[in-house]
Amino acid sequence: MKYITTATVISQQKAYKNGICLFADEDGALPAFLIAAYRHFGFNYPRFYKMDNLAKLGWLASEILLQGSLESGRYQPEEVGIVFSNASSSLDADLKYFESARDIASPSLFVYTLPNIVIGEICIKHKFKGESAFFIFESFNADFLEKYVSGLFNSNILQACICGWVECIENEYKAALFLVETDMNELKDRQASAWDSVPLFTKDNLNKIYHLSNG
Amino acid sequence: MDKLMQDLKVQIIAQLNLQDVKPEDIGDDQALFVEGLGLDSIDALELIVLLQQQYKIKLSNAEDGPKVFRSVRTIAEYITTHQSQNT
Repeated sequence: MKYITTATVISQQKAYKNGICLFADEDGALPAFLIAAYRHFGFNYPRFYKMDNLAKLGWLASEILLQGSLESGRYQPEEVGIVFSNASSSLDADLKYFESARDIASPSLFVYTLPNIVIGEICIKHKFKGESAFFIFESFNADFLEKYVSGLFNSNILQACICGWVECIENEYKAALFLVETDMNELKDRQASAWDSVPLFTKDNLNKIYHLSNG
Repeated sequence: MDKLMQDLKVQIIAQLNLQDVKPEDIGDDQALFVEGLGLDSIDALELIVLLQQQYKIKLSNAEDGPKVFRSVRTIAEYITTHQSQNT
Protein backbone atom coordinates (compact mmCIF):
# COMPACT_ATOMS: atom_id res chain seq x y z
CA MET A 1 0.00 0.00 0.00
CA LYS A 2 1.13 3.53 -0.73
CA TYR A 3 0.15 6.52 1.37
CA ILE A 4 0.14 10.30 1.07
CA THR A 5 2.04 10.77 4.30
CA THR A 6 2.24 14.56 3.98
CA ALA A 7 0.80 17.17 1.62
CA THR A 8 1.50 20.86 1.15
CA VAL A 9 -0.59 23.33 -0.82
CA ILE A 10 0.44 26.91 -1.54
CA SER A 11 -2.22 29.00 -3.20
CA GLN A 12 -3.95 32.36 -2.89
CA GLN A 13 -1.27 33.67 -0.51
CA LYS A 14 -1.69 30.85 1.98
CA ALA A 15 0.46 27.83 2.78
CA TYR A 16 -1.21 24.64 4.04
CA LYS A 17 0.27 21.43 5.36
CA ASN A 18 -1.96 18.41 5.84
CA GLY A 19 -5.02 20.65 5.65
CA ILE A 20 -3.82 23.12 8.29
CA CYS A 21 -3.05 26.71 7.29
CA LEU A 22 0.50 27.48 8.52
CA PHE A 23 1.05 30.84 6.89
CA ALA A 24 -1.07 33.55 5.29
CA ASP A 25 0.00 36.89 3.92
CA GLU A 26 -2.77 38.84 2.25
CA ASP A 27 -0.52 41.70 1.13
CA GLY A 28 1.70 41.90 -1.88
CA ALA A 29 2.23 40.01 -5.10
CA LEU A 30 3.82 36.59 -5.53
CA PRO A 31 7.52 37.57 -5.16
CA ALA A 32 6.85 39.34 -1.84
CA PHE A 33 4.65 36.47 -0.63
CA LEU A 34 7.35 33.89 -1.40
CA ILE A 35 10.00 35.81 0.52
CA ALA A 36 7.61 36.47 3.43
CA ALA A 37 6.83 32.75 3.63
CA TYR A 38 10.53 31.83 3.40
CA ARG A 39 11.28 34.11 6.36
CA HIS A 40 8.20 32.98 8.31
CA PHE A 41 9.34 29.36 8.25
CA GLY A 42 12.87 30.34 9.28
CA PHE A 43 14.60 28.77 6.29
CA ASN A 44 18.25 29.69 5.79
CA TYR A 45 19.31 28.98 2.23
CA PRO A 46 20.72 32.09 0.45
CA ARG A 47 20.46 30.33 -2.90
CA PHE A 48 16.66 30.73 -2.57
CA TYR A 49 16.88 34.43 -3.44
CA LYS A 50 18.53 33.64 -6.76
CA MET A 51 15.78 31.29 -7.94
CA ASP A 52 13.03 32.31 -10.34
CA ASN A 53 9.46 32.34 -9.02
CA LEU A 54 8.66 28.78 -10.18
CA ALA A 55 11.73 27.36 -8.43
CA LYS A 56 11.10 29.47 -5.33
CA LEU A 57 7.50 28.21 -5.17
CA GLY A 58 8.42 24.54 -5.64
CA TRP A 59 11.41 24.73 -3.30
CA LEU A 60 9.34 26.45 -0.60
CA ALA A 61 6.50 23.92 -0.92
CA SER A 62 8.96 21.02 -0.72
CA GLU A 63 10.71 22.46 2.35
CA ILE A 64 7.36 22.84 4.15
CA LEU A 65 6.43 19.33 3.02
CA LEU A 66 9.67 17.80 4.27
CA GLN A 67 9.90 19.59 7.64
CA GLY A 68 9.57 16.74 10.13
CA SER A 69 9.50 14.15 7.35
CA LEU A 70 12.13 12.00 5.67
CA GLU A 71 14.41 11.88 8.71
CA SER A 72 18.06 11.61 7.85
CA GLY A 73 18.99 8.10 6.83
CA ARG A 74 15.39 6.94 6.41
CA TYR A 75 15.97 6.36 2.70
CA GLN A 76 19.01 6.10 0.47
CA PRO A 77 19.46 9.15 -1.86
CA GLU A 78 18.66 6.92 -4.86
CA GLU A 79 15.37 5.82 -3.31
CA VAL A 80 13.76 9.28 -3.21
CA GLY A 81 12.34 10.66 -6.46
CA ILE A 82 10.47 13.74 -7.64
CA VAL A 83 7.65 13.85 -10.22
CA PHE A 84 6.22 17.29 -10.91
CA SER A 85 3.78 18.72 -13.40
CA ASN A 86 2.28 22.04 -14.43
CA ALA A 87 0.54 23.86 -17.28
CA SER A 88 2.88 26.72 -18.15
CA SER A 89 6.24 24.94 -18.07
CA SER A 90 8.91 27.62 -17.48
CA LEU A 91 7.08 30.30 -19.47
CA ASP A 92 7.27 32.77 -16.57
CA ALA A 93 11.09 32.69 -16.68
CA ASP A 94 11.17 32.37 -20.48
CA LEU A 95 9.33 35.70 -20.89
CA LYS A 96 11.58 37.47 -18.39
CA TYR A 97 14.66 36.07 -20.12
CA PHE A 98 13.34 37.18 -23.52
CA GLU A 99 12.80 40.67 -22.11
CA SER A 100 16.34 40.77 -20.63
CA ALA A 101 17.78 39.75 -24.00
CA ARG A 102 16.70 43.06 -25.51
CA ASP A 103 19.65 44.55 -23.59
CA ILE A 104 22.17 41.97 -22.34
CA ALA A 105 20.73 38.49 -21.81
CA SER A 106 20.75 37.55 -18.14
CA PRO A 107 22.70 34.34 -17.38
CA SER A 108 20.89 33.88 -14.07
CA LEU A 109 17.49 34.06 -15.81
CA PHE A 110 18.64 31.72 -18.57
CA VAL A 111 19.35 28.87 -16.15
CA TYR A 112 15.67 28.82 -15.13
CA THR A 113 14.27 28.53 -18.66
CA LEU A 114 13.46 24.84 -18.14
CA PRO A 115 10.68 23.65 -15.82
CA ASN A 116 12.67 20.80 -14.28
CA ILE A 117 15.22 23.18 -12.76
CA VAL A 118 12.96 23.35 -9.71
CA ILE A 119 13.48 19.61 -9.27
CA GLY A 120 17.24 20.15 -9.45
CA GLU A 121 17.08 22.82 -6.75
CA ILE A 122 15.25 20.44 -4.39
CA CYS A 123 17.64 17.58 -5.19
CA ILE A 124 20.68 19.81 -4.55
CA LYS A 125 19.28 20.84 -1.16
CA HIS A 126 18.42 17.31 -0.01
CA LYS A 127 20.95 15.32 -2.09
CA PHE A 128 18.17 13.23 -3.65
CA LYS A 129 19.39 11.10 -6.54
CA GLY A 130 16.29 9.09 -7.45
CA GLU A 131 14.18 9.15 -10.61
CA SER A 132 12.76 12.55 -11.55
CA ALA A 133 10.43 13.85 -14.24
CA PHE A 134 8.44 16.97 -15.08
CA PHE A 135 5.25 16.70 -17.16
CA ILE A 136 3.12 19.40 -18.77
CA PHE A 137 -0.68 19.10 -18.63
CA GLU A 138 -3.48 21.59 -19.16
CA SER A 139 -4.60 21.03 -15.58
CA PHE A 140 -3.79 18.87 -12.54
CA ASN A 141 -3.87 15.27 -13.73
CA ALA A 142 -4.29 13.06 -10.66
CA ASP A 143 -4.98 9.97 -12.74
CA PHE A 144 -1.66 10.17 -14.60
CA LEU A 145 0.25 11.10 -11.46
CA GLU A 146 -1.12 8.16 -9.51
CA LYS A 147 -0.34 5.69 -12.31
CA TYR A 148 3.15 7.04 -13.10
CA VAL A 149 4.34 7.26 -9.49
CA SER A 150 2.80 3.87 -8.65
CA GLY A 151 4.77 2.42 -11.55
CA LEU A 152 8.01 3.71 -10.02
CA PHE A 153 7.14 2.12 -6.67
CA ASN A 154 5.94 -1.14 -8.20
CA SER A 155 9.16 -1.46 -10.20
CA ASN A 156 11.20 -0.95 -7.00
CA ILE A 157 12.75 2.20 -8.45
CA LEU A 158 11.61 4.40 -5.54
CA GLN A 159 10.80 4.02 -1.86
CA ALA A 160 9.56 7.61 -1.47
CA CYS A 161 8.38 10.20 -3.96
CA ILE A 162 7.59 13.91 -3.82
CA CYS A 163 5.03 14.47 -6.50
CA GLY A 164 2.42 17.00 -7.54
CA TRP A 165 1.77 20.32 -9.27
CA VAL A 166 3.93 23.46 -9.34
CA GLU A 167 2.44 26.14 -11.55
CA CYS A 168 3.50 29.78 -11.84
CA ILE A 169 2.84 32.36 -14.53
CA GLU A 170 3.13 36.00 -13.49
CA ASN A 171 0.91 36.33 -10.40
CA GLU A 172 -1.11 33.14 -11.01
CA TYR A 173 0.33 30.25 -9.06
CA LYS A 174 -0.40 27.06 -7.18
CA ALA A 175 1.76 24.36 -5.65
CA ALA A 176 0.30 21.10 -4.39
CA LEU A 177 2.95 18.58 -3.35
CA PHE A 178 2.46 15.11 -1.92
CA LEU A 179 4.97 12.93 -0.13
CA VAL A 180 4.23 9.31 -1.06
CA GLU A 181 5.62 6.49 1.07
CA THR A 182 4.84 2.85 1.75
CA ASP A 183 6.10 2.77 5.32
CA MET A 184 3.44 3.61 7.91
CA ASN A 185 5.77 3.33 10.93
CA GLU A 186 5.40 6.21 13.38
CA LEU A 187 3.33 8.18 10.91
CA LYS A 188 0.51 8.88 13.35
CA ASP A 189 2.53 11.16 15.59
CA ARG A 190 4.83 12.56 13.00
CA GLN A 191 2.77 15.43 11.65
CA ALA A 192 0.09 17.78 12.85
CA SER A 193 -2.83 17.10 10.55
CA ALA A 194 -6.44 17.99 9.88
CA TRP A 195 -6.88 14.52 8.40
CA ASP A 196 -8.72 11.73 10.25
CA SER A 197 -6.24 9.16 8.95
CA VAL A 198 -3.28 8.98 6.61
CA PRO A 199 -4.81 8.98 3.12
CA LEU A 200 -4.08 6.25 0.65
CA PHE A 201 -2.25 7.31 -2.49
CA THR A 202 -5.21 7.31 -4.88
CA LYS A 203 -6.45 9.52 -7.67
CA ASP A 204 -9.46 10.55 -5.60
CA ASN A 205 -7.39 11.56 -2.58
CA LEU A 206 -4.96 13.51 -4.74
CA ASN A 207 -7.86 15.40 -6.28
CA LYS A 208 -9.51 15.95 -2.90
CA ILE A 209 -6.38 17.45 -1.34
CA TYR A 210 -5.55 19.46 -4.45
CA HIS A 211 -8.98 21.03 -4.60
CA LEU A 212 -9.85 21.38 -0.91
CA SER A 213 -6.63 22.25 0.89
CA ASN A 214 -6.59 25.77 -0.46
CA GLY A 215 -9.39 26.59 1.93
CA MET B 1 38.67 54.18 -5.33
CA ASP B 2 36.75 53.97 -2.02
CA LYS B 3 33.61 55.44 -3.64
CA LEU B 4 33.90 53.00 -6.57
CA MET B 5 34.27 50.02 -4.23
CA GLN B 6 31.24 51.13 -2.22
CA ASP B 7 29.19 51.48 -5.44
CA LEU B 8 30.38 48.06 -6.59
CA LYS B 9 29.23 46.39 -3.37
CA VAL B 10 25.73 47.84 -3.80
CA GLN B 11 25.66 46.82 -7.47
CA ILE B 12 26.92 43.29 -6.79
CA ILE B 13 24.23 42.75 -4.14
CA ALA B 14 21.52 43.96 -6.53
CA GLN B 15 22.82 42.09 -9.60
CA LEU B 16 23.29 38.79 -7.76
CA ASN B 17 20.19 38.99 -5.55
CA LEU B 18 22.22 38.67 -2.35
CA GLN B 19 19.29 39.79 -0.23
CA ASP B 20 20.75 38.75 3.14
CA VAL B 21 24.03 40.56 2.48
CA LYS B 22 24.67 44.25 3.25
CA PRO B 23 27.41 46.32 1.56
CA GLU B 24 29.30 46.57 4.85
CA ASP B 25 29.36 42.75 5.05
CA ILE B 26 31.64 42.60 2.01
CA GLY B 27 35.29 43.37 2.76
CA ASP B 28 37.30 45.25 0.14
CA ASP B 29 39.76 42.35 -0.13
CA GLN B 30 37.39 39.51 0.76
CA ALA B 31 37.33 36.62 -1.72
CA LEU B 32 34.10 36.69 -3.73
CA PHE B 33 34.12 33.04 -4.86
CA VAL B 34 34.14 29.72 -3.02
CA GLU B 35 35.33 30.40 0.51
CA GLY B 36 34.36 34.09 0.56
CA LEU B 37 30.90 35.21 -0.52
CA GLY B 38 30.33 31.77 -2.03
CA LEU B 39 29.53 32.99 -5.54
CA ASP B 40 29.28 30.43 -8.36
CA SER B 41 29.90 30.28 -12.11
CA ILE B 42 26.54 31.87 -13.00
CA ASP B 43 27.39 34.74 -10.64
CA ALA B 44 30.66 35.18 -12.55
CA LEU B 45 28.67 35.64 -15.75
CA GLU B 46 26.42 38.15 -13.99
CA LEU B 47 29.51 40.11 -12.88
CA ILE B 48 30.64 40.28 -16.52
CA VAL B 49 27.17 41.63 -17.41
CA LEU B 50 27.44 44.16 -14.56
CA LEU B 51 30.77 45.47 -15.90
CA GLN B 52 29.26 45.80 -19.34
CA GLN B 53 26.00 47.45 -18.27
CA GLN B 54 27.27 49.78 -15.56
CA TYR B 55 30.78 50.59 -16.78
CA LYS B 56 30.70 49.80 -20.52
CA ILE B 57 33.69 47.51 -20.05
CA LYS B 58 33.95 44.15 -21.79
CA LEU B 59 36.19 41.56 -20.25
CA SER B 60 38.56 41.14 -23.20
CA ASN B 61 40.09 37.87 -22.06
CA ALA B 62 37.93 35.33 -20.20
CA GLU B 63 41.04 33.84 -18.62
CA ASP B 64 41.49 37.11 -16.72
CA GLY B 65 38.16 36.45 -14.90
CA PRO B 66 39.53 34.75 -11.75
CA LYS B 67 42.09 37.53 -11.28
CA VAL B 68 39.67 40.40 -12.01
CA PHE B 69 36.83 39.02 -9.88
CA ARG B 70 38.95 37.94 -6.92
CA SER B 71 37.65 40.78 -4.71
CA VAL B 72 35.83 44.11 -4.86
CA ARG B 73 39.20 45.85 -4.89
CA THR B 74 40.48 43.91 -7.91
CA ILE B 75 37.27 44.68 -9.81
CA ALA B 76 37.60 48.37 -8.93
CA GLU B 77 41.23 48.37 -10.09
CA TYR B 78 40.24 46.73 -13.38
CA ILE B 79 37.49 49.31 -13.93
CA THR B 80 39.82 52.22 -13.10
CA THR B 81 42.50 50.95 -15.46
CA HIS B 82 40.14 50.30 -18.36
CA GLN B 83 38.11 53.50 -17.96
CA SER B 84 41.30 55.57 -18.06
CA GLN B 85 42.38 53.62 -21.16
CA ASN B 86 39.04 54.38 -22.82
CA THR B 87 39.24 58.14 -22.22
